[in-house]
Amino acid sequence: MTDLTQTLAPARPGLAGRLRLALCIFAVLAVVPPLAHALDEPFLIVVATRMMVFAIAALSLDLILGYGAMVSFGHAAYLGLGAYAVAILSRAGIDDLVLQLLAAMAASAVFATVTGAISLRTRGVYFIMITLAFGQMAFFFFVSFSTLGGDDGVALAARSTVLGMPLLQDAPGMFYATLALLVAVFAGLYRLTLSRFGRVLTGTRESALRMQAMGFRPFPYQLTAYVIAGCLCSVAGVMLANQAIYVSPAYMSWHRSGEMMVMLVLGGVGSLTGAMAGALVTIALEEGLARLSEHWRLGFGLILVGVALFSPGGLSGLLRRVGLVRDAK
Amino acid sequence: MFNLFLLQLLNGAQFGILLFLVAAGLTLVFGIMDFINLAHGVLYMVGGYVMAMMMGMTGNFWLSLAMVLPMTLAVGLVLELLVFRRLYDRSHLDQVLATFGLVLVLSELVRILWGSAPLSVAMPEVLAGSVPLAGPMRYPVYRLAVIGTGLAVALSLWFVIARTRVGMLLRAGAANRAMVSALGADINRLFMLVFAAGAMLAGFAGAIVSPILSVDPGMGDGILILTFVVIVIGGVGSVKGAFCAALLVGIVDTLGRMFGPIILRTMMDPAAAAQAGRTIAPMLVYILMAAVLFWRPAGLFGRAVAR
Repeated sequence: MTDLTQTLAPARPGLAGRLRLALCIFAVLAVVPPLAHALDEPFLIVVATRMMVFAIAALSLDLILGYGAMVSFGHAAYLGLGAYAVAILSRAGIDDLVLQLLAAMAASAVFATVTGAISLRTRGVYFIMITLAFGQMAFFFFVSFSTLGGDDGVALAARSTVLGMPLLQDAPGMFYATLALLVAVFAGLYRLTLSRFGRVLTGTRESALRMQAMGFRPFPYQLTAYVIAGCLCSVAGVMLANQAIYVSPAYMSWHRSGEMMVMLVLGGVGSLTGAMAGALVTIALEEGLARLSEHWRLGFGLILVGVALFSPGGLSGLLRRVGLVRDAK
Repeated sequence: MFNLFLLQLLNGAQFGILLFLVAAGLTLVFGIMDFINLAHGVLYMVGGYVMAMMMGMTGNFWLSLAMVLPMTLAVGLVLELLVFRRLYDRSHLDQVLATFGLVLVLSELVRILWGSAPLSVAMPEVLAGSVPLAGPMRYPVYRLAVIGTGLAVALSLWFVIARTRVGMLLRAGAANRAMVSALGADINRLFMLVFAAGAMLAGFAGAIVSPILSVDPGMGDGILILTFVVIVIGGVGSVKGAFCAALLVGIVDTLGRMFGPIILRTMMDPAAAAQAGRTIAPMLVYILMAAVLFWRPAGLFGRAVAR
């Protein structure tokens, strides 16, 4: 009962806390390129760009997983759809980022509408598994797509242009474009989750039965959220392809989907800021540990197990217990 | 053509039997505790590596196989004690996080201990030959032995589940865990048993497949996802469902890869058929799964439970 009243209560004090934390993260990110120049470590900009790309992906997953309680194990498919939209369009001579973003989102919307409508017939473990099945279908489709390199993937000729300007060509340009998209996605989702739509979605997460009793049919809300999340994740895919100048089916393997869930759970589910922080921390950990040892997965895995066992609620849970953030959820 | 079909049917059945051995434990863990275990495929891999290691030390296939069982059982028990036990009451997400971490840890440990290169295991001489199949075709004895072993395991599992007290508790636990617990059965000890036995079966599958396929650090990943497909098609918690679904998935996958392009060729030109066949064949089992879930959202043998 307390859950429901908490969720539906307008203007909770904790909202300001997580928003402030998000703004802090953006501010820190904004000074990364000059800092990297000062330290003479240009590699940092590349790593930070990757971190933000996955932050966009994790944010999109948080909408369905955190707010809609739809645990999708096939979300990496949209990352791949975005990346392949770039590969296919640039091969056809269309290099403009805006057009590529629109195409990626359109393709993802179609895929998400069809697979989402089927997946939402199931519940719980079955939902997790059917989304996994659709993710694997997309994965194998592109693995056998031999004109685009199949299993090996395909290198892009160059990064996309933005309305004719070569904004993404250097690392800082790529960085700030990704940051702008990250801020936009965060702001959009923040507004969305506070809107009537967001409240219905959250209400469905708490109890679909009660929402139905109140006269809401959950399905259209859940499906809309599923489609929006897919579209936003494809934005991350477009940026990932541009950052790496390379596209491969590995972007959409089940490992990626699992990793995206891990980011989310690590950061804390259902607060947007947690998803973003989780993605940043996950990629930073991976990159940092990979520099220490080739067996970095051992340490990374141990950290994940440790967090799962000893810190329910991930980083947000930890911060809340330490008292740094009050009611981050 | 018919001979080829028979051959592929046997291959499919053999693959399905393997899937069943891995899926049997996992479906019970899934069904009784509502627990998502991504680390189950790693146990299959550990079975393969323990087998390769014991073969290197003893050189005797049967002795090694006999050693794999207690060792994978022990690995299962240790994992249950250290990690899984603390996660039963948590959300699916915490379980995903922990078991995903375990996959990373165990795969990396295997890489550190045995390296990334594939290892091979010699076939025992008794089973190394082949028997005549219809016409000029022959079929390896070892694969037949795998099918036979799997059927024997399935039969004994059926006996345990349908005819013993432990089996009765398992069935009851899959239907309503809280009620079984309230009636005085120690559900946690039951689960420990199921988990360890499941780990042993997965390890056993990894061990008996090692002479056919090579043992490598990635072997657990591929089988894990297919095992999920099997479990979901069969219905979570149903061993009978897992058995039928495993054979179905094994046969559909094997026949699809072989005959998909041949059937398509009758409908379109050869080049397009080859491309389409290559594209569709690996997707077939997932299409099958989506179709099954579309018409029966709780799987073929699953009960529709409101969770």
